[in-house]
Amino acid sequence: MTPVATTFFFYFLSGLTLLSAALVITRRNPVHSALALILGLLAQAGLYLMLYAPFVAGVQIILYAGGIMVLFLFVIMLVNIERSQKEEQFNKQWLVGILAAGALGGLFVLVYTKGTSLFPAAASLPAESNNTQQVGELLYGQYMFAFEIASLLLLVAIIGAVVMAKKRI
Amino acid sequence: MLDYITSFLGMNTTPGQAGNVFWAVVYIFVVFGGVSVAVVAMNWLERKALAHFQVRLGPMRVGPHGLLQPIADAVKLLTKEDIIPEEADRFVFWIAPLIILCASFTVYIVIPFGPTHAITDLNIGILFMLGVSSLSVLGVVMAGWASNSHYPLIGSLRSSAQMISYEIAMGMAVVSAILMTSLNKSGTGTLSMIGIVEAQEQQQIWFLFKFFPLGFIAFAIFAIAMVAETNRAPFDLPEAESELTAGFHTEYSGLRWSLFMLGEYAAMIAVSSIAVTLWLGGWLRPFPNTLTGETWDLVFSLLPGLTFLALAAIAFVGVIRMPKHPYFRIQTAGLAGFGAVLGLIGLVLFVPPVRDRIQDIFWFIAKVAVFMYLYIWYRATFPRYRFDQLMKVGWKVLLPTAIGVLILTAILGIVL
Repeated sequence: MTPVATTFFFYFLSGLTLLSAALVITRRNPVHSALALILGLLAQAGLYLMLYAPFVAGVQIILYAGGIMVLFLFVIMLVNIERSQKEEQFNKQWLVGILAAGALGGLFVLVYTKGTSLFPAAASLPAESNNTQQVGELLYGQYMFAFEIASLLLLVAIIGAVVMAKKRI
Repeated sequence: MLDYITSFLGMNTTPGQAGNVFWAVVYIFVVFGGVSVAVVAMNWLERKALAHFQVRLGPMRVGPHGLLQPIADAVKLLTKEDIIPEEADRFVFWIAPLIILCASFTVYIVIPFGPTHAITDLNIGILFMLGVSSLSVLGVVMAGWASNSHYPLIGSLRSSAQMISYEIAMGMAVVSAILMTSLNKSGTGTLSMIGIVEAQEQQQIWFLFKFFPLGFIAFAIFAIAMVAETNRAPFDLPEAESELTAGFHTEYSGLRWSLFMLGEYAAMIAVSSIAVTLWLGGWLRPFPNTLTGETWDLVFSLLPGLTFLALAAIAFVGVIRMPKHPYFRIQTAGLAGFGAVLGLIGLVLFVPPVRDRIQDIFWFIAKVAVFMYLYIWYRATFPRYRFDQLMKVGWKVLLPTAIGVLILTAILGIVL
């Protein structure tokens, strides 16, 4: 089927992402920040759907919104919120912050103005119906080695977490 | 306009895939309305069945055999005072039940009631269902935290630990079923809900019996994990009455509380539909291999009508057994009317075109209904787990078994 109201949804989802990102850093209550972050991640999943990548969108929802953020909330709830609300929200690193933001913004502007030749103009839209199969073939075919390295890294992280959490094993 | 509406009827696909907005909206209303009615019916059935398990009568006063009790309950909940605790985080408190409700209703978009009777068919169907239903844990956590009270917080902490732990075993069991879909000539599996059922149709076997007992073990793991995922007895620690009054929704009242209940029952139906789709052949009728031929097809196609006639007969037995006192005159008439409606539906289901269309929907709903009855049965039978036992079962029994089943399924899939 042909997509409907693509422009509207793009601006809606991007606006939602930006808004929630702003909320994440401006809310004083860390739980509210975490909830805003979840909203941002969901909006991103919507953007992935618009890019004909349903598998990535589904994984984004399962892993980030459903898994990692719940653990975030879990930890934040155990933190003393009254104390954290009294603490100063922004630390005094204005100069470094402005430099980093300026550099990143400059890069974006550069890519936007001069980068048209770097990217292919119109990518062919991959068929939506076998997106998952294609991702699977790429992951377990062409990028097998990188994929296995990444999974090994995760395994090391898991073992490290267990070693640090458990004093006696 | 009329062409646009009727053009879909001849198509052999779901409205979402056909890109037909009108029928998609109609399907959404029908499915959501049907689920709400099912929740109401389940509410009555649960109270009634639990009562009979415990040798009680259950609701008897509102309507014949308490049939109107859910409506009375709904009216009571709607008119109750809506209390938000003084110290609560108002916004989070307000939005938590909505998140649970949205998460448990959104998954119905991909549930296949029949080859064409689904709102849409996503390429990532089962992934979408698991992902969106895993969002409901957010609602539980937010409700518990926003209440700013001890019992809800403990309940929500328990709930998030429990739901995350069981999600993993559940996911592993689902993956082993998805592996089975790839055992065809082309060697590619599918995540789409309709595709999974079609794979079972092609392989001429429900995945429950595939590689016996591997399919059965995976199904059993899922069936255990789904009870824990929906926070139902014997895994109802987040709302353990004896320890936490009502767990994460202690501070909720009236309409908001009823939204939690609606979300919980809708999620129960949704996960049961996943189990039915993945292992019990979805909309396929039982015994497609042994009981074949025109006669058996006819017999099975008559079953939906016969079921409704049987329900009507039960209602009329109730009419006969009603006390003959003048006080019960209206109740008797009401029950007779209910039986007449059921019988009429049963007769309509015998009409050949309706009979053919309703087949797949009937079998799907019948299979889900078995699971809904099992939920009640569990609740009446098993004592509640202790929290450490719950974690032990989840991490040390279900997860290793699920991984073992997954590996064995993969090996058998390659060898056979």
